[in-house]
Amino acid sequence: MEIPEEVKKRLTIPFEENFFAGHTACQGCGASLGLRYVLKAYGRKTIVVIPACCSTIIAGPWPYSALNANLFHTAFATTGAVISGIEAGLKALGYKVKGEDGIMVVGWAGDGGTADIGLQALSGFIERGHDAVYIMYDNEAYMNTGIQRSSSTPYGAWTTNTPGGKRHLLEKRHKKKVIDIVIAHRIPYAATASVAYPEDFIRKLKKAQKIPGPSFIQLFAPCPTGWRAPTDKSIEIARLAVQTAYFPLFEYENGKYKINMPNPKKEPKPIEEFLKLQGRFKYMTKEDVEALQKWVLEEWERLKKLAEVFG
Amino acid sequence: MEYNPIKKVVSGNYAAAYAALHARVQVVAAYPITPQTSIIEKIAEFIANGEADIQYIPVESEHSAMAACIGASATGARVFTATSAQGLALMHEMLHWAAGSRLPIVMVNVNRAMAPPWSVWDDQTDSLSQRDTGWMQFYAENNQEVYDGVLMAYKVAETVNIPTMIIESAFILSHTYEVVNMIPQELVDEFLPPRKPLYTLTDFENPIAVGALATPADYYEFRYKIAKAHEEAKKVIKSVGKEFGERFGRDYSKMIETGYIEDADFVFMGMGSLMGTVKEAVDLLRKEGYKVGYAKVRWFRPFPKEELLEIAESVKGIAVLDRNFSFGQEGILFTEAKGALYNTGVRPIMKDYIVGLGGRDFTVRDVKAIAEDMKKVVESGKLDKEIEWYHLKR
Repeated sequence: MEIPEEVKKRLTIPFEENFFAGHTACQGCGASLGLRYVLKAYGRKTIVVIPACCSTIIAGPWPYSALNANLFHTAFATTGAVISGIEAGLKALGYKVKGEDGIMVVGWAGDGGTADIGLQALSGFIERGHDAVYIMYDNEAYMNTGIQRSSSTPYGAWTTNTPGGKRHLLEKRHKKKVIDIVIAHRIPYAATASVAYPEDFIRKLKKAQKIPGPSFIQLFAPCPTGWRAPTDKSIEIARLAVQTAYFPLFEYENGKYKINMPNPKKEPKPIEEFLKLQGRFKYMTKEDVEALQKWVLEEWERLKKLAEVFG
Repeated sequence: MEYNPIKKVVSGNYAAAYAALHARVQVVAAYPITPQTSIIEKIAEFIANGEADIQYIPVESEHSAMAACIGASATGARVFTATSAQGLALMHEMLHWAAGSRLPIVMVNVNRAMAPPWSVWDDQTDSLSQRDTGWMQFYAENNQEVYDGVLMAYKVAETVNIPTMIIESAFILSHTYEVVNMIPQELVDEFLPPRKPLYTLTDFENPIAVGALATPADYYEFRYKIAKAHEEAKKVIKSVGKEFGERFGRDYSKMIETGYIEDADFVFMGMGSLMGTVKEAVDLLRKEGYKVGYAKVRWFRPFPKEELLEIAESVKGIAVLDRNFSFGQEGILFTEAKGALYNTGVRPIMKDYIVGLGGRDFTVRDVKAIAEDMKKVVESGKLDKEIEWYHLKR
């Protein structure tokens, strides 16, 4: 279908496609959708760094690549360090990095590669102030290795190493607030985003591009395979994560917090609505659900206060 | 322009820093560790004084140091780093990554003993533990070789697209001052032109993916190409070493430097600064009538099999001096040398002397004592034992 140029210009999500069919993601994969939006926002003049994660596979085996941008695969713990090195190398060679007309250097890592094994390199990257964007696509477990819990896995979730069973060995720790650690660096720009709200995500990507220095986006990216959910429910689940305030969308810019969604003045939806679409939560007892609900609301209150005081 | 050396009295570490400066490195990412620190401090000083235009990344670990070097090198920049012992071990995963990505990073490793127990002193086990990462390894005998080694390393590494480690001894070189003949910048530039990368990440019209998953149908050939590059590197090392000699009067065309080999009954074989002591001792032993020589292995990877064979053909025995040890086996150079000769059928009697671990002093007197022992072995044609823990307190 031919779309007129003037229409293309008015699209809130860029028309340009730089992540192609033929990639090897599962049906309903949130991560692949996220990567598609990243490349729509930044275009071809982008260097993507991918550590060990689902996207290593999704991008395609040698000699193929689903990305219409330069891609450097790296080891699990190193995303923050490699984007630092690429930025420095580009600058040494006289290239403009970041900004509207600069080369975009993007780290694209999963939650395990960010919240666990890559946390130190992430911290170093932010603290040193490199001009690059780090995106953590959060599917809440080590999905590529077969659904093992990470520190970003929520309370009550089944994974292959928190399998439930007679002794009720479910994940019993609440999701690590990685973005709080990121904000503790007083980073110029950090945000949460969701594949259910692509216009919001694109806007945040564009903002991350314009603001000098390091940027961090934590993208909520459902994994139907690991979450034991129907493949046509990814967007609905991601939307409910926001509407229940389980994964609120907010920005941290120049020391100020801004909540985007859900509406802070309204009661969020009950957490059950988010849980019930996913098989991974089916072993939770009533008490488990209450514990998770309590935590979600406490964290939500905390975020609202931050937005009030530092808004 | 004629070569008139600039003589400077510098430590091994400063020699490394000056070499990096003269090689016009563009990115340095490093993390502090004794006894490597003064290399990076000196480079930071060059930057602070406006003598060098370098992107300097003070990273938060050695693992990240090598990862940042890999990222920078993948853009096409010339990259340098330095480390030691625990730091090198922490880098291990990324050493494989650098070689697998075919990035000609040059790193100085200051040989230091692995802990525990803690030790900051000279020992080769740290670098030799990285034997199979795909890096080339050059062992410097003195500060001049540290300087020359770094300059040659860039030329060799960037020709074959294999990263290279220049190795110097903790304190014995790193913190000891010697006269080093440096090379005026214009002449270094003539010898070492800007890097021509195998690939870069900056051609956005023809995007590439580096390091993508290779199935069993393809992985094998990736390994073979690295193996071939190491074979090719032997030729490049010799020609670059020869060119260096022609330009600057210090010849490195041999991967194994030898002395008194023609009529020697046996030779001492080893690597690094301890060979300086050996050369001194051999001069004295010769005066006393011993028919001994030396074979200083400069390049451990790629391993100079062919040159070793020539040496082995002309002597009755080889006393290998290993400042390192592979637990459950023997000194590492000993294993390598024996293995390299096995299929040639040329088998001089070989004995392994474990010396100087963790910085234990290794002196001319020790070389003489070993000469006495090895002489008996060669004359009797009988090996009393294969491995001698020479310094052991009894």
